[in-house]
Amino acid sequence: MAEVLVLVDHVDGMVRKTTLEMLTIARRLGEPSAVFIGAGLDAAKEVLAQYGAEKLYGFESADYDDYVVAPKAEVLAQLVTSASPAAVLMTSSPEGKEIAGRLSIKTESGLITDAVDVQAGEGGAVRTTQSVFAGGYTVQATVTKGTPIITVKPNSVAPEAVSGAAVEQAVEVSISEGAKGARITDRKPRAATGRPELTEAAIVVSGGRGTAGDFSKIEEFADSLGAAVGASRAAVDAGWYPHTSQIGQTGKEVSPQLYVAAGISGAIQHRAGMQTSKTIIAINKDEEAPIFELVDFGVVGDLFKVLPQATEAVNKAKG
Amino acid sequence: MNIVVCIKYVPDAQAELTFNASDNTTDRLGVEGLLSELDEYAIEAGLKLAEAAAGGVAENTVTVLTVGPDKAADAIKKALQMGAHAGVHVSDEAIHGSDAAATSLILAEAVKKIGSPDLILTGMASTDGSMGVVPAMLAERLGLPQVTLAAELTVDGGTVIIRRDGDTASVTITASLPALVSVTDQINEPRYPSFKGIMAAKKKPVETWSLADLGLDAGSVGLAAAWTKVESFTKRPPRAKGQIVTDEGDGGTQLAEFLTTHKFV
Repeated sequence: MAEVLVLVDHVDGMVRKTTLEMLTIARRLGEPSAVFIGAGLDAAKEVLAQYGAEKLYGFESADYDDYVVAPKAEVLAQLVTSASPAAVLMTSSPEGKEIAGRLSIKTESGLITDAVDVQAGEGGAVRTTQSVFAGGYTVQATVTKGTPIITVKPNSVAPEAVSGAAVEQAVEVSISEGAKGARITDRKPRAATGRPELTEAAIVVSGGRGTAGDFSKIEEFADSLGAAVGASRAAVDAGWYPHTSQIGQTGKEVSPQLYVAAGISGAIQHRAGMQTSKTIIAINKDEEAPIFELVDFGVVGDLFKVLPQATEAVNKAKG
Repeated sequence: MNIVVCIKYVPDAQAELTFNASDNTTDRLGVEGLLSELDEYAIEAGLKLAEAAAGGVAENTVTVLTVGPDKAADAIKKALQMGAHAGVHVSDEAIHGSDAAATSLILAEAVKKIGSPDLILTGMASTDGSMGVVPAMLAERLGLPQVTLAAELTVDGGTVIIRRDGDTASVTITASLPALVSVTDQINEPRYPSFKGIMAAKKKPVETWSLADLGLDAGSVGLAAAWTKVESFTKRPPRAKGQIVTDEGDGGTQLAEFLTTHKFV
């Protein structure tokens, strides 16, 4: 069976859940091979084997973390040539898409981004499902040239643990000087919030203009549910919450099990970032707010009254 | 310093977007279009750099480049009104249905024909296809370093420095010119065209190039040459109408009950 390359999404060896989701998808298409680039390989090995990686290509150097995306695309391009994989999968993050874009041109291969499902089609084709036009349409697509390169949105499938051999492959790769043209020269870490990462979270609670800048009730409710906190563009533009928390067309697209929009009217730009959520709840003073067209459950009311009451009830129910 | 800003004419985000049933491509003609909002930030960034560089806008030029149908000229017009010096419009019937890879090929050839810019600027993504991969593809084709998603941008001599706000850290990325830079909507506040700008735009040069002008074969782009294929599309069914309650003192309790019933607690 042909290999399927999965670019491991990790932070210094801490493997992100999206990687496990991609290994699960890769098994539908062939034999999963994990490609680990960067520092921290030892920390990652065990979990990659637990989720079915049959082969493990490790390229361990802190240099890769400093040279942005171009060297990673070069590594993958060399593996595409040597391993002739059935497909290459990576995370639909800005970095994943940029690596995919460069790899697509290098290998003259078709690229599909933001897949929410990937299945094996007839005759070995790789068939993807995407949600497009602000979630208004669902599209099925295939790659018609080269090696299918697919970026997969987080939370697209439930990761399934299956033991894999994770046999380490010794492969020599070369990195051109040109790929080292852009370099990270400084890092200022963000203070950790202790909350889950937005795109991976099972539950997201977001606040908008209706918070009037006070996110405390949003955060307390999110913490009662173990949720990530998001914000609408209006709240971010007003400087109330960081841009990295923005949900929508110019921010992040999320697809959690549960999305709670508090004080967000639901403009199309926002809907583009959350419309594929499984269950949607909204709290808004305005009963005419377009967000109510999407909800499974809605409360017309003041979020500063509704959320604290709900937080208390949830905390009580948890015991 | 010579700056090229790549821009796109897109269907209005407020309009109902749909597909052409005959070939599964985006219907770009049935809806009103405009300059992609996210590209305005790239134009503004280019103008600011030109104004700040030695010699100002007299010696530092901003050229806007677009690939698209006839109506895409509107996007160039808006950029010229904002203050860009010149426009290049690549238009050819054979371009219809081009994917990101083909679009990047056309842009790359057009950039080469314009000259050798010091800096190529783009928005973070288009507001219609929104793949966000064309900047990386274009950088790859031109053999340039890419510094993307800039929330802050400075050029110091032959070096470009950006700040990118990531999930775990805010990072500084540095590259030597020439380079490709994409900017986010956090980088600036795009200017509105002034009356003077609108009048001046009418006299600014706009060149229209065909694929042949770029030495490209019609068969190398367009729908037939795409590396991916949309097999089918379905309109997402409207969500079933949910339960909506009005808070009369127990809205929060009802919300918590919904969460418990659906096992979120």
